[in-house]
Amino acid sequence: MNRRNFNKAVAATGVASALAPFGILRAQSRTLKVGVLLPRTGVQGFIGQSCQKGADLAPGLLKEMFGVDIQLMNADTETNIDTARTRAERLIQEGANVLVGPFDSGAAAAIAQVAEQRGVPFVINIAAAPQITEQGYKFTFRNFPTSVDLVTNGLALMRDLFQATATAPRTAVFMHVNDTFGQANAKAIGAILPRLNYLPFKLVDTISYDPAAKDLTVEVSKAKATGADFLLLVCRLNDSIILRREMVKQRWNPMGIISPGSPGMYEEQFYKTLGKLSEYCITNVPWYNPKAELTRRIEKAFDARNPKDKLMFHALNVGYTFEALMIAADAFRRAKTAAPKELAEAIRKTDIQSRMMLGGPLRFNAKGQVEGNASACVQNLGLKPMVVLPAATAQAKPVFPTPDYKRA
Amino acid sequence: MPLDLLANVIIAGVLTGLVYGLMALGLSVIFGVVRVVNFAHGEMMTIAMYAAVLLFGAFRLDPFLAVLPVAAAFFAFGYALQAGLINPFITRPEHSQFILMVAVAIIMVNGLLIGFGPDARNVQTDYQLESIEIGKLLVDKARLYAAVVALAASALLFAFFRFASAGKAIRACADNHLGALVVGLRVKHLYALTFGLGSACVAIAGCMMILLVDVTPNLGPAYTLLAFVIVIVGGLGSMAGALLGGVLIGVSEALAGLLITPSAKSMFSFGLLILVLLFRPQGLLGRKA
Repeated sequence: MNRRNFNKAVAATGVASALAPFGILRAQSRTLKVGVLLPRTGVQGFIGQSCQKGADLAPGLLKEMFGVDIQLMNADTETNIDTARTRAERLIQEGANVLVGPFDSGAAAAIAQVAEQRGVPFVINIAAAPQITEQGYKFTFRNFPTSVDLVTNGLALMRDLFQATATAPRTAVFMHVNDTFGQANAKAIGAILPRLNYLPFKLVDTISYDPAAKDLTVEVSKAKATGADFLLLVCRLNDSIILRREMVKQRWNPMGIISPGSPGMYEEQFYKTLGKLSEYCITNVPWYNPKAELTRRIEKAFDARNPKDKLMFHALNVGYTFEALMIAADAFRRAKTAAPKELAEAIRKTDIQSRMMLGGPLRFNAKGQVEGNASACVQNLGLKPMVVLPAATAQAKPVFPTPDYKRA
Repeated sequence: MPLDLLANVIIAGVLTGLVYGLMALGLSVIFGVVRVVNFAHGEMMTIAMYAAVLLFGAFRLDPFLAVLPVAAAFFAFGYALQAGLINPFITRPEHSQFILMVAVAIIMVNGLLIGFGPDARNVQTDYQLESIEIGKLLVDKARLYAAVVALAASALLFAFFRFASAGKAIRACADNHLGALVVGLRVKHLYALTFGLGSACVAIAGCMMILLVDVTPNLGPAYTLLAFVIVIVGGLGSMAGALLGGVLIGVSEALAGLLITPSAKSMFSFGLLILVLLFRPQGLLGRKA
């Protein structure tokens, strides 16, 4: 090599070196690394796996929709708040550009702290405790109703239910799980219910219990002894199954079981485990729009990937998890970078009209909260969740009071 | 407060407590003789619960009938575990035994997670949702049957230790290890036999427990802790104490749930534990060291 060629080679190497960082940046920007935190084991394991089905659909569908590549980095929170915090730290260390999850208010609060400290955007799929978006966080966003909204919507649907069935129960016993979500709901009910003049019932007792409880004999005995007309229930999945069984054992047949907005009674495992005992339970819950264009696309992809499952049993978990990933992907497409500040800024400016879940467009307020997510009154009929209210989207008529389980 | 409500809750507490007692009995027997604390006790019960689920799924074998094969298999497993793994650790420091049993417990939990996944499983029998009505009292059938089996199994174990020559030999080992060696007892074999019997107890308790609660791989540690609370309250190494401790814990949790708040149920069993440790550290029926 002569001196001129050597100089050319050095110059070329220099230029390549100088441009390399930009090359790396471009390479990084082509793929959005999403840390997905879900409780795939532990008490909420079944629901976490249900949410995971929504996350698994995202890379393929979002590539089609937005032309962006998504790489999922899955982590199991083990239904444990400390584990959720540790896993979030680890995902960020391993290069996650954005965090999504975690189907639990306690875990969401812990992850939000990590996201804020590390300056990484966090899009919550499902978690209702209001305080999560009341802390002035800059990197935390939530597309799920707060407990106050959940309860407000749920109680309004209760009024519609009583009107539609021409009933007026006078008393209710309120049972709720004592985790972050359950406490937030109990607080919201305690604050909102006394102010409402359109509901005919009053609470005769409030009973809290551990969501990991293995036996609810005492709790159900206590609730039965109140002689309440119906059971107002804020539950999770496993406890709702135990509770329903215990009600049958203790031959307690109130007018019905109504949840003002909690998971459990519309989950596939509830139907599978309880069979006919799952019938007629009512949940007023944020639900999906089966007629939406996005629902059709998601259902097609879901059926292809999960031939033994039906979307209706996973709709809430799949829908909100997919929408959380969609928010991240849309922001990534607009920001054209995975840099956290730019990505968070783009998420803040989200404006997505086409969605799977009921409610208005996806837009965040100043606190990072999507407003206007709507609920539906869902009743278990024919071993599947059926929308019975509002009447405009109803698939069946509500049944209340519910028949004795022996005649179900 | 209505008396029938109180009576119903106490009966449920007693019946559940008897099954707890049988589970803790296994732990107490093993500690009383082998002097090794089985930190994998709850995990072993979880495996027995899964075994009952498998037998029910494959052959529709009722958990009451599944007791026989599962207890036999657990006896063999316990014997092999003691003979093959724990016996070499008998003379080692207690922390080595502790680490060994914790390792066994972790392997069991993760093995179950790999084998069965995290979902809750159960058995569905006809009588599981039925109750017996006696006046205003409602007694859960499955709970009643489970308690009867727990009592029967405990009685058999008491009889074995009191009347069988092998049982007497095991008691001799527990009373005086050196003396047992001097008179020519096969101490290591007797230790393994004891571990096998303790494992069989926990297997029977597991088969009964699956009628009352759903099983998940992570259930084990909670039951290990519960077994410790029961045997410490009843008296570590005392068989009758284990049963009494089980019933006391079952009833105190039920009453605390009813009279105070269900969320505080566990708090009362631990409160009872602290009281016993303060005022009768050897346990209610335990002997002073």
